[in-house]
Amino acid sequence: MLNPYEPYPVRIDEIITETEDRVLKTFKFVFLNPEDEEKFSYKAGQFAELSVTGQGEIPIGIASSPTEKGFIKFTVNKTGKVTNYLHQMKEGDIMGVRGPLGNSYPWETLEGKNVVIIGGGFAFTTLRSSIVHMLANRDKFKEIHVIYGARSPGLLLYREELMAWEAEGDIKMHITVDATDDPDWKYNVGFVPTITEEKAPPADDDTYAIVCGPPVMIRFTQPVLDNLGYAHDHIINSLEKRMKCGIGICGRCNIGDQFVCKDGPVFTLEQLNSMPGE
Amino acid sequence: MLGYAEKIKEIAKGLLKDEKVEMIIGFREGSDPMKKEPCLIKNPEDVESLVWDSTCCMNLANYLTNRTEKIGVLAKGCDSRNINTHIIENKIGREQLYIIGVPCTGMIDRIKVAGKIVEEVIEVTDNGEHVVIKGAKQEETVERRELLQENCRTCTHRNPVIYDELVADPVEEQKDVSKYEDVERIEAMSGEERWQYFDELLSPCIRCYACRNACPLCYCPECFVDESRPQWVGKSNDSTDTKVFHLLRAFHCAGRCTDCGSCEQACPMDIKVRMLTKKLNKDCFDMYGWETGLTPDQRPPLDTFKPDDKEDFIK
Amino acid sequence: MKVIKIDQKDWDEGLGKLYDEFRLFGPVKNGDIHQFQPLTKGELPDLNFSNTRLSVKSAVYPQSQVMFEYNLDEKQEGHHIMKPASFDYPARALLGVRPCDAAGFLIAKKNFDNPDYRDPYWCESYEKTTLVGLACDSPSTNCFCTSVELGPYSEQGLDVLLVAVDGGFQAKVITEKGEALVTKAGWDKNGDEKVIEHQREKAEKRVNSAIETDKLAEKSSKDLFDAPFWEDMAFACLNCGTCTYSCPTCWCFDIQDENQEDQGIRMRNWDSCMSPLFTLEGSGHNPRPLKFHRVRQRFMHKLKYYLDKYEDGIMCVGCGRCINLCPVNIDIRKISSKMNNYQP
Repeated sequence: MLNPYEPYPVRIDEIITETEDRVLKTFKFVFLNPEDEEKFSYKAGQFAELSVTGQGEIPIGIASSPTEKGFIKFTVNKTGKVTNYLHQMKEGDIMGVRGPLGNSYPWETLEGKNVVIIGGGFAFTTLRSSIVHMLANRDKFKEIHVIYGARSPGLLLYREELMAWEAEGDIKMHITVDATDDPDWKYNVGFVPTITEEKAPPADDDTYAIVCGPPVMIRFTQPVLDNLGYAHDHIINSLEKRMKCGIGICGRCNIGDQFVCKDGPVFTLEQLNSMPGE
Repeated sequence: MLGYAEKIKEIAKGLLKDEKVEMIIGFREGSDPMKKEPCLIKNPEDVESLVWDSTCCMNLANYLTNRTEKIGVLAKGCDSRNINTHIIENKIGREQLYIIGVPCTGMIDRIKVAGKIVEEVIEVTDNGEHVVIKGAKQEETVERRELLQENCRTCTHRNPVIYDELVADPVEEQKDVSKYEDVERIEAMSGEERWQYFDELLSPCIRCYACRNACPLCYCPECFVDESRPQWVGKSNDSTDTKVFHLLRAFHCAGRCTDCGSCEQACPMDIKVRMLTKKLNKDCFDMYGWETGLTPDQRPPLDTFKPDDKEDFIK
Repeated sequence: MKVIKIDQKDWDEGLGKLYDEFRLFGPVKNGDIHQFQPLTKGELPDLNFSNTRLSVKSAVYPQSQVMFEYNLDEKQEGHHIMKPASFDYPARALLGVRPCDAAGFLIAKKNFDNPDYRDPYWCESYEKTTLVGLACDSPSTNCFCTSVELGPYSEQGLDVLLVAVDGGFQAKVITEKGEALVTKAGWDKNGDEKVIEHQREKAEKRVNSAIETDKLAEKSSKDLFDAPFWEDMAFACLNCGTCTYSCPTCWCFDIQDENQEDQGIRMRNWDSCMSPLFTLEGSGHNPRPLKFHRVRQRFMHKLKYYLDKYEDGIMCVGCGRCINLCPVNIDIRKISSKMNNYQP
């Protein structure tokens, strides 16, 4: 019988410190058994349980894209017991990855549409996955906008990639920081909601917004999207909760009768509006 | 304690009407003849639901922790001593409280009552001297003394030690009670026997933490058993981890426990958890002459020191 | 389905035969309380009980269970790789399960064995288990099984239903598993279904308590969630786990790694929605920081979310344990009535 709690063994292939405050690191994993890579077939927006042997598991969004082969990667914020331990691990160390878990962004719906990605801070991981996925399938999407902000330039994730996307021009990048004293900063300065107001395309039936970020960003971006006329079934969110099993069985991450780990983590705002306000 | 309820309602109604307090914490009727439900009342009309009898065993000081409102609270002797402990430990301010003191003649023990008849207990009537226990067909009249909770049987502080008003005249305190016979019996055991005793005592534990959560002292924002960095205790029902929980909890309560018995009344597995806390109460008495919570201004012996403290435990 | 008769002597002898093929569990009296325990050879279950203090769920779903083993010694082959702990469950028979508890397994099965995932630990254990029920002739005042579409003689989830009669049992053999067990035990005397039916009718009349749930399906979760009564209902709650741990249907768990030097196990332990830790996130944020949030979650899960998700009644078998054992007398019947009659 397939054991859904059993992680695939992986080796840490590379560790990249993403931000100048050093609390975000990207871990690139290679499967110890090459056939496991095929079993771990995922879509952008899904997550996995990173299993740090002897410490426990943590649910983390997949930052690599299904179009990138030979590895999977995750960007991890140092917060609790397991993430602190993981941050001290080294390249070559063995651990586990269990997944892919949860639903994904609704790619079937999004194909042939305009997509606006709005992200803030470290909640940009599955958004990176989505951007890489869409770039690899560029002809399947209409206009793509990315609005991404952090407090300062040094806190932006995947900085080199962001700059490269901006330069290539296949997508309309709107990089922003809350503030900077860097005289050479050539991108936007301002909060994500403000930049969204200025740069996001007008709403129509063919335009979807994917919004991921800290609660305060979401709270202030929402009215902007409402003003722009985005329908709530065209606004897509990805939620976070404490999770353990990742498969809707252990019982802790529910909102109403929906489990964020299994029925989510991706919900439209319309769905969220119909659920109890947890 | 018969007839207290009417007086309690009258006091509570007055306090709420005159806006001397924002709320009353007391007991209301529940569905179980052996338990009353702690409740919070804000409207003067709702005071009619307040009750008092010998099954109001939970310690209401537990419901005061970190509250910010002005509260009228019912307090038996033990509750009042825990209120003093709360005041000392800054869990509530004296000025926030209007303490309605309830002179207590002891609470009756649900397990002892259930043991008196073969059938399920469906009604319990306390007439002061005797308790009538009714099943579907059976009826038994038992002397009240016989049914008291173990902690109440040996209680020497039945009257509240701090209050703003009493619901009745003070009751006579019990004298010449031998409080620690059971503890002494365990002290007399060999180390091995004692370990076996603890093993058997704690083996039914399911780590539901009802004892901890019913205890007014266990207000830590994060209990040591729940901490993950570092993780002090395993989370399974392993017997060593279970013992660590109970023994450490008892030590955390040393010099702070009033032997109110809430832990034991809350335990779903009928574990005599007081056997651990009582030993520490006894030690605090023997070493420092200390009885918990008699005043709101004297700190418990283990979080202060005096130059004349005994030091013979330092070897 | 057939009906057999088991005389007391045949019962004792039959159990002797079953020891060879099954690991037997039954109610055993410890002090004042009955608990389900493994029976040693020759030990008879004590069937003179109202119900066991805790439900029988732990026989299939233990409070603590090892899921994986690993070693952390980098010199060893396969270090840091999870290896499934062996869970080669022997065939087991649970003797004297009350019908309410047996039905609890069917509710838990919806969670552990769903169309998307099968929990191998629960499923294998459950599949290896034969449930021999004991019909309930003296339901207690807090029993309300007849109002959750069960009853003191309910056969749901059972393989065999025993009915105590003078001198032994009449028994219904309900499933193939049950058939295999009675055959092994050598119980083959013809019984009389009329005796069972007669007793059933009497027993059902003795269940005097009920839970009100008829209007729950039509209510909106959002309205109930925002209802004003939760703080009052939850005030007394101590947030202990007694109700959840004693419940035959509560299934929530936590997963933990435990190390001893270089060796370790990944295990799961029962968890409780009453604990603030249940939902505390790594960032320190807790979506259910207050006591009433957690109490609301427990009752909304049992009485509304489960009902909506599976459309098959509430997540409760009416055993009354949470009422009997709650230290502060919180009563699911009272809360269900509040929810059932709530008008926003």
